Amino acid sequence: MPSPRRTAAIVAARTAAGLSRRLRFGGGTALPGLVAERLDPGIVPALASQLGQGSVLVTGTNGKTTTSRLLRSIVEAAGLTPVANREGSNMMRGVAAALAEAADWDGRMRRRKKRIGVFEVDEATMPQVARAVRPRVVTFTNLFRDQLDRYGEVETVAAIWGEAVAAFPADVTLVLNADDPAVAALREQARGPVVLYGLDDVTQATGEIEHAADARWCTKCGAELEYDAVFYGHIGHWRCPSCGNTRPTPDVRITSIDQTAHGPKLSIAGPEWKVSVHLAQPGTYNVYNALAAAATASALSLGPSAIGPGLLNATAAFGRQEIIEIDGRDVHVILAKNPAGLNQVLRTLPDGDLDLALFLNDDIADGRDISWIWDVDFELLAGRARSVTASGRRAWDMALRLKYAGVSEKPRVANNIATALRKAINETPEEGELYAIPTYTAMLEVRNVLGKWAGRGKFWEGDAK
Amino acid sequence: MKLRLAHLYPKLMNIYGDRGNIICLKRRCEWRGIEFELTELDVGAPFDPKAYDMAFIGGAQDREQRRVADDFLSLKGAPLREAVERGLVVLAVCGGYQLAGHFYRGADGEELPGLGILDLHTVHPGPSAKRFIGNVVAEWNGQQLVGFENHGGRTYLGPGAKPLARVVTGFGNNGADGFEGAVYRNVFGSYLHGSLLPKNPAFADHLIALALGQGSLPPLDDAVENAAHSEAVRLATRRRIMRVGGR
Repeated sequence: MPSPRRTAAIVAARTAAGLSRRLRFGGGTALPGLVAERLDPGIVPALASQLGQGSVLVTGTNGKTTTSRLLRSIVEAAGLTPVANREGSNMMRGVAAALAEAADWDGRMRRRKKRIGVFEVDEATMPQVARAVRPRVVTFTNLFRDQLDRYGEVETVAAIWGEAVAAFPADVTLVLNADDPAVAALREQARGPVVLYGLDDVTQATGEIEHAADARWCTKCGAELEYDAVFYGHIGHWRCPSCGNTRPTPDVRITSIDQTAHGPKLSIAGPEWKVSVHLAQPGTYNVYNALAAAATASALSLGPSAIGPGLLNATAAFGRQEIIEIDGRDVHVILAKNPAGLNQVLRTLPDGDLDLALFLNDDIADGRDISWIWDVDFELLAGRARSVTASGRRAWDMALRLKYAGVSEKPRVANNIATALRKAINETPEEGELYAIPTYTAMLEVRNVLGKWAGRGKFWEGDAK
Repeated sequence: MKLRLAHLYPKLMNIYGDRGNIICLKRRCEWRGIEFELTELDVGAPFDPKAYDMAFIGGAQDREQRRVADDFLSLKGAPLREAVERGLVVLAVCGGYQLAGHFYRGADGEELPGLGILDLHTVHPGPSAKRFIGNVVAEWNGQQLVGFENHGGRTYLGPGAKPLARVVTGFGNNGADGFEGAVYRNVFGSYLHGSLLPKNPAFADHLIALALGQGSLPPLDDAVENAAHSEAVRLATRRRIMRVGGR
């Protein structure tokens, strides 16, 4: 029997969602879920238990959003209907909002047989969401330093994950990155099945371990790990010289990557299948997102007929979403919120004279401590920039970092994001490319401004339904 | 002229962007035509007391701090103490600052012995205690230092160490006595990240001048540094006023 409380919660959440859309609060508003949870604290377990195909949680420092989107596209290609939270709204309330929107007024899930939950969840919130949702599969992407002011230490997150995984029921499948020693260590705590994924193509190795690397110590004995191949950060083919702990053999793996002018072409192999996919986006981190999504699909018993088309459809959509044309310039918007992520972004920037705009905010969602920009290898860009604009609340901190990296002696500074974008676009030659790299809250504003200028209010939500 | 800097434990003690301090020292030397020589000394590398003009040690997570403590005390301790007494400039930030004291008592009550080159000790009052996190402005030498603190431990100075600065906004050493950091001879300890030196060019130059035995250094164009400094001070103090006045 639907309780009046539940109906009230769903009505309120859907009204709030409709209102916030009409008032253009933007993508990540927490209001609907907050309202629903306040009115009916039992709403998440009650609605999640009605998802006929169960749920998947995706967590980790980087790649949650992209991996979840890719996975949504794969399950759609398999004929299922995903219920998914909006980008960045990855606390309990984001999950509550997504579930409430998919339910009828009486608290029943519509089209429940084909429904599957695909939720990206915050690293520290994951245990709480897992208890409420009771997922079939939990996917871990990677663990890097991020927002130390909020999470405490990287170790703290690793400990939270370990405890949570040990408490999962035995029917939960873990999907783990074999190439990240901190993530791969979770297999020791697993009570149920484990699907490991990894990159086998060592020709993609970059060589040196980055300054921002975190988990380079053996999780078993504490010795410094050795690497036969480093793909980025501390991600690679690792082994402990002291106790023999080593990268486990992945079940789902990328056997080869062909770098083409139009992005990487991946050959992915599962236990009994193979697919070949062309990604529209460069960068090893995007390769891992596609791999994580494919491994998760494999854990859900979905095959190559869903994985191939699913990845293809989704990456084509990303390509359109992240580039917007303003006054004859292509503006690329690339989110980067921690050293590992930003280092990856810097490595994918093309050769030649670059036009750059960096946006640094210090809201809670960005991390209030901006010290992390000193862990980023901006020195890679020294002597390569034609124009450099620093913006956001901590624009001057960014300008200072870029000065010391030798990127620009005196970057253009404008705290106001619209002003900075306008200036940066004017500095970019016609038909040129501007690389706009914001932190999380700055990204929301960058997209808003660009969306307005392009006359497309919601260009970035191409796949939102 | 040459500045020889030893970076202690760059692999283990590097968590909060403290590398910015090294980058800052290097660039500010180079811009003045001062040669800069960096030596990275991780666990197992001995410390030659006569080989350096300055040493830097940054912050770390508790686990890494424990890993370092052994090496710090047994291998590098004696020669480092000798160098300090001879006037070596040391900058120790956050976890490094705690390790420079007599001991650090962790949230679990376990005591980690420190080097004792600064007369202070640090106590973490327990896992449920408030962590000191936020922007800091502190008065130093008639000027302001600005940075970001993030520490659970409370640091208490003994008579052999002087406070580095007086807190204007933020928590500082222990959230009670209104001081931030510590000084003994040419050893400077501080909780400030940010990174500390790039945004506080006067303090950076003070350390460089001390290390080189120079009264003063040729000035640099610090327009970006000064703007970043005053903007950070403005943001730190404005927010405090808003919080006090708001709710």
